Amino acid sequence: MLTFTLRRLLIAIPTLLFISLVIFLLVDLAPGSPLSDIPLTVPPDVRRKMIEALGADQPVFVRYVLWLRQFFYVEPAYLFDSWFGTSWAEGEQRLLSWQSRSPVFTIIGQRLPQTLTVIGTAYLVGVLIALPIGIYSAYRQYSAFDQFGTLFAMIGFSVPTFFSGTLLIIVFAVWLGWFPTKYNTQLEVVDWSTFVEQLRQMALPVMTLGLANAAAISRYMRSSMLDNMSMDYVRTARAKGMSERTVVLKHVLRNSMIPVVTVIALGIPSIFGGAIITENLFGVNGIGAALIGAINASDLPMVQTLAFIFAVLIVVFNLIADVLYGFLDPRIRYD
Amino acid sequence: MKLKTALLGAACAFVMAPAAFAERGADGELKLTFPQAVSIMNPYLSSGTKDVIASSMVVEPLAAIDDQGTLVTRLATEIPTLENGGVSADLTSITWKLQPGLMWSDGTPMTADDAVFTAAYCMDPAGGCAQATKYEGVASVEAVDPTTIKITFTGPKPNPYTAFVGSLSPILQKAQFAACTGAAAPTCTDANNMPVGTGPFKVTGFAVNDTVTLEANPNYRDPAKPAFATAVIKGGGDAEGSARAVMETGEFDYAWNTQIPPDSQTAMSAAGKGQFVVAFGTLVERIEMNMTDPSPDLPEGERSTAKHPHPILSDIKVRTALSKAIDRAILVEVGYGAGGKPTCNVIPGPDAWASDNTGCIAQDMPGAMALLDEAGWKDSDSDGIRDKDGKKLSILYQTTVNPIRQDFQALIKDWWTELGVEVELKAIDPGVFFGGDAGSPDTFQKFYADVEMYANNSDNPDPETYLSQYQCKNAPSPENQWQGENMNRFCDPAYDAKVAELGKTTDLATREKLAKELNDMVTKDSMTVIPLVHRGTLSAHSNTLGGVIINAWDSELWNSADWFRVK
Repeated sequence: MLTFTLRRLLIAIPTLLFISLVIFLLVDLAPGSPLSDIPLTVPPDVRRKMIEALGADQPVFVRYVLWLRQFFYVEPAYLFDSWFGTSWAEGEQRLLSWQSRSPVFTIIGQRLPQTLTVIGTAYLVGVLIALPIGIYSAYRQYSAFDQFGTLFAMIGFSVPTFFSGTLLIIVFAVWLGWFPTKYNTQLEVVDWSTFVEQLRQMALPVMTLGLANAAAISRYMRSSMLDNMSMDYVRTARAKGMSERTVVLKHVLRNSMIPVVTVIALGIPSIFGGAIITENLFGVNGIGAALIGAINASDLPMVQTLAFIFAVLIVVFNLIADVLYGFLDPRIRYD
Repeated sequence: MKLKTALLGAACAFVMAPAAFAERGADGELKLTFPQAVSIMNPYLSSGTKDVIASSMVVEPLAAIDDQGTLVTRLATEIPTLENGGVSADLTSITWKLQPGLMWSDGTPMTADDAVFTAAYCMDPAGGCAQATKYEGVASVEAVDPTTIKITFTGPKPNPYTAFVGSLSPILQKAQFAACTGAAAPTCTDANNMPVGTGPFKVTGFAVNDTVTLEANPNYRDPAKPAFATAVIKGGGDAEGSARAVMETGEFDYAWNTQIPPDSQTAMSAAGKGQFVVAFGTLVERIEMNMTDPSPDLPEGERSTAKHPHPILSDIKVRTALSKAIDRAILVEVGYGAGGKPTCNVIPGPDAWASDNTGCIAQDMPGAMALLDEAGWKDSDSDGIRDKDGKKLSILYQTTVNPIRQDFQALIKDWWTELGVEVELKAIDPGVFFGGDAGSPDTFQKFYADVEMYANNSDNPDPETYLSQYQCKNAPSPENQWQGENMNRFCDPAYDAKVAELGKTTDLATREKLAKELNDMVTKDSMTVIPLVHRGTLSAHSNTLGGVIINAWDSELWNSADWFRVK
């Protein structure tokens, strides 16, 4: 098991390096210029100087090697310095965003809390709604509840968040006036009233995303339950005279959870990735909004770094899932 | 610039500021929302208008430009002119006097040295200063004494009000930015995000591309202002969402750039919580005609260059016909509502500079058809498309991806099709179109199409620089790596001569007359540019926010010191 994990980790290094190169080349080849937002009144020679000041006129491999150095050496060194008061990164140029000239990792640090809070809560809410719906829908297959659950899932699947989000805004913010439409990232929860304020401003984005998340997971849960309901061990359990409650919630549910847990776990990296549309719609301004903003502004260092971090997260969570299988299911052996 | 008008403007601002101003910070929090979030608070390193507008609450120039396009003092005691001796008789220098006792928000005194430093900061070639044009032609900036700044130009400068005038050219604090010159400019994150200023507000918190929090500057020169104790600028989302937050839910007091469809404008105004305000500057949505042949059959490097005149559009009759077929009033109705008006001018304002050219406003389809017949374009094979010498009257019409522009394309295509012109439409990602990448075939400079539509404006009420763009030498070509602002490759020695004349003229009335003539030369006389819509910036403010005077010539928040809460 340990050898397997180590081997996988070692393979991950060249994989990630290759991924970083591919992302860098893709982003670099994509059309667009970091200066496309500046007014047309700025003349060409001034634009040229601005490009030079950004370093964007350097050959692509020079910039790639510089990025590697900043990402793998300067930034960790800087972090180390700020923790232990050392001076490894003294005089080193941090990885700066072209659009805002701020260090990329500072921006990520500012953005991560609201992404984790809002997207994470939405994911949790989604899971909490989805599991009971999936379980009961399967138990009472083709009942009115199941039909309703299917309808709910279909709506969640097929209605895009920009539509459902806007609908929620119009109903709950414009007509009823219950919730704000813009998320205040500067709100600090210090007492009961700010906590309520935080709940109010999270309500709409969490509802929007929770609906979409719940739809997918409830379908997984339902089909996994249905697979298990017809198993011999279920009949055995019933034959032994167990209550329906014990049969469904102990025997069937636990066995059905294995694929669902995998789906849920593999969805976790997407929490870090944020939700581009929902974040933009409600002004949550998390990682997703940062990514799309950087793409629109051709902010190469920002796009490259975010895309690479997502790649790392996906590789790592896949590895974690693989290792977990070994623990959960003794039949799976890697050695 | 007449002193009298300037003073009048300043006086107006005072009259409009109501007596309700009791004391600084009495009105609580001012909440603003921008669809594009603020990236940086230093306008010299900014890549967009959003940053400049936000920073105008914090850092200030010597003089601002008011809503009428006239200069009003900020840090200076008066506007230097030839009459008061502030501008030298030979127009090679201008001397500004700072108000006495000015303080930075950190409590240190502000002196002429700060201005000298700011000029050096922006003029450093390694710094990549975005506002370098403001300091073009500046030979030196000296501090004659702590409150006197003398700017010397390399030659006579008829319009000396560029450096330190308007929100694009504010004064930075030397102490804060001393270590941030040249290549180090972008690395000073804290200074760039939280500049110390002399304006009504100071930055207390900055989340990149998200939120700026500000509070009233305790050292602001007017002890009674600003009326608001704190301010917050929340960014992100879209124009619709920003407008809604002011007009329908009332969460915010002011939303910048709420360009939304006319029907949404009406619906949101009906909620009665706020109002839309429009600032008409010089922004004109236009169709530019390519005077050179963009045919893909030509070898690369010769396409869209002066070597090959355009086979169809070189004929002024065709260009005029295309313009006559367009109903500009419908375009405004469909695309902009209150935020636009039909125009035939490249320079639509200020009023004193705008030509009285309105000949294009009324659509004239029969006239357009007659012109094409006259030019020899007839539909000889009855396929609905005119032709001449076996060549079809077919044009490629490009613009950026943008819902309003696509609506315009569809409407104009209909009109032109009715005229017997075959139109192919193309929409390009704005990042590519405006990106200026010499390697891309889709930039607006390369202009590998017959006509293209976009909007452009002059960043100064005085349009000299803007009009000089249409000189022959500014045509993009392979020789200048496709950089240049004369997209049409318009080339008329008489125009160039007039631009040179404008550069030497100091008398305001003559300058205005020359500008109108230049405007007419590219529009109604040659139909090189077909102006469509004079676009304003549409913003929204809550009915509880008072003192807003929308301004197209400077930052929209130019008078945020005077804003107050309507009680």
